Amino acid sequence: MTTPARDGRIVVVGASLAGLRAAETLREKGFTGELTLVGDEPVPPYDRPPLSKQVLLGRVAAGDCGLPARRPVDARWKLGVRATGLDATRKRVLLADGEELPYDRVLIATGTRARPWPHPEEAALDGVFTLRTDEDAARLAARLDAGPRRVLVIGAGFTGSEIASACRERGLPVTVAERGRAPLIGALGGTAAAFATRLQRAHGVDLRCGVTVTSLRGSGGRLTGAAFSDGSSIDADIAVVALGAVRNTEWLDGSGLAAGPRGVACDAGCRVFTMYGIVTDDVFVAGDVARFPHPLFEYQMIALEHWGNAVAQAEVAAHNMVSPGPLRRPHLTVPAFWSSQFGLNIKSVGVPTFSDQVILAQGRPEDRRLVAVYGYRGRITAAVTVDRAKWLDHYRHLIETGAPFPPAPGAADFHAGHEPVPSDVPDPRVLSHGPTVALTGHLPDRRLTLLRPGG
Amino acid sequence: MPPETLFERITDFAARADPYPLYAELRDSGVARQADGSYLVGTYHEISALLHDPRVSSDPRSRAEPHEDPAATGLPPSFIGLDDPGHDRLRRMVMRPFGPPHSPHRIDELRGEIQRVAGELADALVAKDRFDLVDDFAFPLPVTVICRLLGVPEGDVPQMHTWADAVVAGLDFAPGEDPSPRQRAAREARQAMGLYLGELAEQRRRAPTGDMLSALVHEPGPDGALTRQELMVSAVLLLIAGHETTVNLITNGMLTLLRHPHEYDRLRDHPEEMPAAVEELLRYEPPVQLLPQRSPLADIEVAGVTVPRGAPLILVLAAGNRDPLRFPDPDRFDPRRPDNQHLGFGSGVHACFGAPLARVETHLALTTLLRRLGDLRLVEDSPEYRRSPVLRGPRHLHLEQHRR
Repeated sequence: MTTPARDGRIVVVGASLAGLRAAETLREKGFTGELTLVGDEPVPPYDRPPLSKQVLLGRVAAGDCGLPARRPVDARWKLGVRATGLDATRKRVLLADGEELPYDRVLIATGTRARPWPHPEEAALDGVFTLRTDEDAARLAARLDAGPRRVLVIGAGFTGSEIASACRERGLPVTVAERGRAPLIGALGGTAAAFATRLQRAHGVDLRCGVTVTSLRGSGGRLTGAAFSDGSSIDADIAVVALGAVRNTEWLDGSGLAAGPRGVACDAGCRVFTMYGIVTDDVFVAGDVARFPHPLFEYQMIALEHWGNAVAQAEVAAHNMVSPGPLRRPHLTVPAFWSSQFGLNIKSVGVPTFSDQVILAQGRPEDRRLVAVYGYRGRITAAVTVDRAKWLDHYRHLIETGAPFPPAPGAADFHAGHEPVPSDVPDPRVLSHGPTVALTGHLPDRRLTLLRPGG
Repeated sequence: MPPETLFERITDFAARADPYPLYAELRDSGVARQADGSYLVGTYHEISALLHDPRVSSDPRSRAEPHEDPAATGLPPSFIGLDDPGHDRLRRMVMRPFGPPHSPHRIDELRGEIQRVAGELADALVAKDRFDLVDDFAFPLPVTVICRLLGVPEGDVPQMHTWADAVVAGLDFAPGEDPSPRQRAAREARQAMGLYLGELAEQRRRAPTGDMLSALVHEPGPDGALTRQELMVSAVLLLIAGHETTVNLITNGMLTLLRHPHEYDRLRDHPEEMPAAVEELLRYEPPVQLLPQRSPLADIEVAGVTVPRGAPLILVLAAGNRDPLRFPDPDRFDPRRPDNQHLGFGSGVHACFGAPLARVETHLALTTLLRRLGDLRLVEDSPEYRRSPVLRGPRHLHLEQHRR
């Protein structure tokens, strides 16, 4: 039997991880109508995590990171075409090539792009890179192959730290400049970030925290070096700008949707709000560009630039797009991410920045194998492991059940003397990298936060 | 005297052919305290939580009343009986030459060899009207493979088998019988096997041959090299685990498929569906039925019951695998079950070390048997089982073959 929700026209704007998984889920759930995927990149969906890891190490070519298909999606693919607008009244997606795609339901999955270096003439110097796309990674990997004298990484979030790690593994001299006090501080807080500081230094990174890059210098159109706010300067042939991400929402300007620099606001079922905080029923959002309320984190609107969130949210959005009201599901997945850097596997569940305290629950930093557990007002809200990922399920369960912080004693590898200490989460405004989890307000209908000017 | 506690009824040999009704009883009784003070858990979510709980110990010395002195062999415990950080250190040192991230190709490179051995064993069966699947196929395949992987010469394989059998016999539960002679024989076998493997590793140190023992002595990682004793107990662990589990998975697999002829035919015609079928076998008839070694390091609460520190905690994986709160229609064998995160290999930090090898072996074994053999019939159903309630499987599986 064909129900109305399983028929009609669906347009998915964004053809990366979230868009692809949503399309597959739509078909899996029995959607038989017309499906169109729009992507501004010219290539089929590919996986981004390897771009700052295996690709920079030369182990995998950037072009070999295509995402495996879970099932055929029987869709019309509009690749290499940017969406320029959404007409919510006429129910059309406007494309840069002039085509208008009518829809019955639309999914916004336009993700993010790399935040560019703020000075365009410096950003245009040969040797200045950002890292977001397969093309970025291919060009950067080729330049690392050529053996630069020094690489400057601007911003020590996860991407910047992974780039620095890849450079060190290649034996290249690296300077990392971070405006905050330590690497990863925006994602993990100051206490855990002290570990990252020692890690980078032990691997020979010239780590400079509490400084900003005031200028990138060039000669004959090529990058030659950089000057820092503390008056020092370095010579470098390559600078990678890793200042976090910008959400791709400009195309929604004028659409009347709650879309802005912090993302596209939606309810727990991935339905997008209008700028008045009224929920739509035909516009959905998933992936990096979405901000949604999460009950485990006091219904704050959170936006997650996590691979796993893109998959889980896309599945929920797709399910809800083809399901009648009572059968719809909330997106309640506990956030999780991973990173590989400096020979270590770092994984996290929950939201480490949603915390006031942290305790070393298992292992020791000196062994570089540990579990750090975060709490907020006496409740466990996150856990971060270093080379101990197999314990994460335990802590995810504690987060889901609102278990008391600190965790109950008795872990075999708990080291006596470790007490809860402040997690020292900084104000995101002092970071040069964007935090990968952004807590961006409290309630879905706070118009003031939605209408904040861009920048 | 009839057996009394649920655990005694489960371990009673009479229950071996079909323990599943007892497992259903166990799930219904929640976290079941036994008369001897041990606690039995058979529900999926509780087992899963306990397998990931850092307060649950695998070290026999954590028991309030240690039942066996692990030092009696003169050897240190292997990583299966240790907690972190000691477990973590040993396991990752042994993992280094076995699997990712340092040796991602080791198992894959064994495929050809496994296929060759499976093919030769199947060749010998093709012309027979009647054979024992255990002795003629399911046992020799994994034994040959684990010996090859470690680097045990072919001529010494029968000796390995003798020792491994004695070690496993020592793990048996047999209510009413004095276990000490069996346990003494098991200790002696473990010692002899350890000495043999330690000596073999010394030979490999002088002349490496590309196998795992050679890699263990020649390519130490950042943690340094294993001590001779650590190497001995780790190699013994791998050899025994490689011997005594996959044999049951293959045998239980053929038994289950022969009891489900439609699935048998379908898998013969669609070998690409075998990997999912192997996962379902691991759920439906797991070769390791229960983990008897755990105990909490603090009083912990499980499903509303407080399990005191040091109490024996027995996780019945095979009961969790049939938990209707986790798997719809759990007693149905469904090789295409979509959501099948079973407990057949355990989970958490002690998750089966050899799982990737067991999967490949069973996959190749069953596809080879289904492809090569004629129409099979079970001579007896149910077959005669091995004694162990832990490593459960038929002692023999006699089959009649009608050539196609």
